[in-house]
Amino acid sequence: MVKKKSNISPALAKNIRRNFLERIIELVLMFSGLIAVLITFGIVYILVSESIPFFEAVTFKEFLTSTVWTPNFEIKNYGILPLVAGTLTITGVALLVAVPLGTITAVYLSEFASHRVKETVKPILELLVGVPTVVFGYFALLLVTPLLQKIYPDLSTFNMLGPGIVMGIMIVPYIASVAEDAMRAVPMAMREGSYAMGATRFQTAVSVVMPAATSGIVAAYILAISRGIGETMIVAIAAGQQPNFTFNPVDSAATITAYIVSVALGDLEHGGIGYQSIFAAGITLFVMTLSLNILGQWTRNKFTERY
Amino acid sequence: MAISNKKTDKDLNVIRALIKKHKKNDQIFAGIGFFIIISLAITLLVLFLDLVIDGYPKMNLDFFSNFPSRKPEGAGILSAWVGSALVLVVTFFVAVPMGVAAGIYLEEYAKKGWFADLIEINVANLAGVPSIIYGLLALGLFVYEFGLGTSVLTAGLTLSLLMLPIVIVSTREAIRAIPVHIREAAFAVGATKWQVTLHHVLQYAMGGVLTGIIIGMARAIGETAPVITIGALTFIAFLPPSPVNDVAPFINFSWLEAGFTVLPIQMFNWISRPEHAFHINAAATGAVIIVLTLFMNGLAIKLRYNIRKKIKW
Repeated sequence: MVKKKSNISPALAKNIRRNFLERIIELVLMFSGLIAVLITFGIVYILVSESIPFFEAVTFKEFLTSTVWTPNFEIKNYGILPLVAGTLTITGVALLVAVPLGTITAVYLSEFASHRVKETVKPILELLVGVPTVVFGYFALLLVTPLLQKIYPDLSTFNMLGPGIVMGIMIVPYIASVAEDAMRAVPMAMREGSYAMGATRFQTAVSVVMPAATSGIVAAYILAISRGIGETMIVAIAAGQQPNFTFNPVDSAATITAYIVSVALGDLEHGGIGYQSIFAAGITLFVMTLSLNILGQWTRNKFTERY
Repeated sequence: MAISNKKTDKDLNVIRALIKKHKKNDQIFAGIGFFIIISLAITLLVLFLDLVIDGYPKMNLDFFSNFPSRKPEGAGILSAWVGSALVLVVTFFVAVPMGVAAGIYLEEYAKKGWFADLIEINVANLAGVPSIIYGLLALGLFVYEFGLGTSVLTAGLTLSLLMLPIVIVSTREAIRAIPVHIREAAFAVGATKWQVTLHHVLQYAMGGVLTGIIIGMARAIGETAPVITIGALTFIAFLPPSPVNDVAPFINFSWLEAGFTVLPIQMFNWISRPEHAFHINAAATGAVIIVLTLFMNGLAIKLRYNIRKKIKW
């Protein structure tokens, strides 16, 4: 070892040490990158391993077809459908608000707004994205629902309409920003062609730009659905935490996420069926959002190369 | 001739009417678009003012120095803001080095291939995973498998998982904007890859990285669901042990294992009470959270704007 060292020049030795360090650094960086992969595996592993005991006690058939979810009652029923119904209803209300508003905002920003308006509006939308969801939940329960009760006095304190509307407002910036990106990516030449034919801005936007950007706009909607399904605090605060198999937005109902929160707020007995049931609910949620995210990404990527 | 002239006039009138109608449509749509955007801005303002007005009676120093209590008048957010601060310290020290390192790896080191693709797909998907799923991961992994319990450390790690994709994405974007000739110049004078990255690439990317860190931290402050899922308590009337003390070695880490609550959970707890007096506390807490997050997000937006204006390669 000592003999070998004396054979190489100090400069070369320095080089070897340096290259070795470079190698170590690269490995450390690579490991950090790998964390992202590990987290995904971790999620899948934990969700599956913790819910296996649950699915030993409850059949898949009961889980997916029973319309009663009463894990805390004497007669326990584990049908996920009421939670799914609540989740979909609230997301539906949110989309009814967010899709028109988001799409119009996107068209306006991409085709109509002056540079100055754009520079002012985009930061505001970004700020809206930054508002924590627990604050939105406060508004749903203590501001929007009381307002709705003035119009519709029979509305209960906990309902799916109020949180749905608030969630819709929360989602508008997401739809607007993804859809606007898609519309801005449409080449200027296509707009110029349309203007040259005598079309107005609105005609160009609706008949040329929007069809050309369909994939991106649809992707925006899909990602918005995924966000709505995974949203937790708004619904846990304002929609009630009682599972209720209904699609009527004036009723109160629990979502998948609200159920997980309600169980976590109580005393969790590690290994009990209540503990396992939130992982079963979680895996349902994860599968739903993951497939929507993949579908959204796929839609967005599939048609982008066309121009 | 006369007849044909009349016909052209009529045609022209039809066309003019049509143009007028279409121009009107343009204006109507622009009006609607502008109205919606103004409404969104006003909504944001109303929400903010509503919190401040509702919570105004509690806006005093006592609110920050009192523990939560059964009596709404004397209740404060001391344990909540201390808890939030400690959790964020953990989140910062975990998510920032890892996120920046992962971003550097993906942009500067990774060769195109299945391995880089695998990481990239995972980062993209993690950004879309609902936050409560991270809570379940943390509950199963950190709380029970690793036996960390419901502690400041667990919460910090959980939130760092959420922040990681944000830091990675912003680091990558910042690095990608740096032209190749900056690196080539450094390589030409004999710098190694790491020296190029550390002394040049990272320096120029710092603004963008910082933007991502601020946005990620702002998100971590307001994040509620995952912290509830790991079993954080909603009522805490004590503080974790101080990280700094007067006995050598002056810092200790026992606060990492302490129970805690955070600002949004305290707010959630007060919203859930039926008494109106607690809702005032909730509004005041909400105002504190929203001032923090709006300030941080605003700072990040301003920072990004400055970078875009200042740097011209």
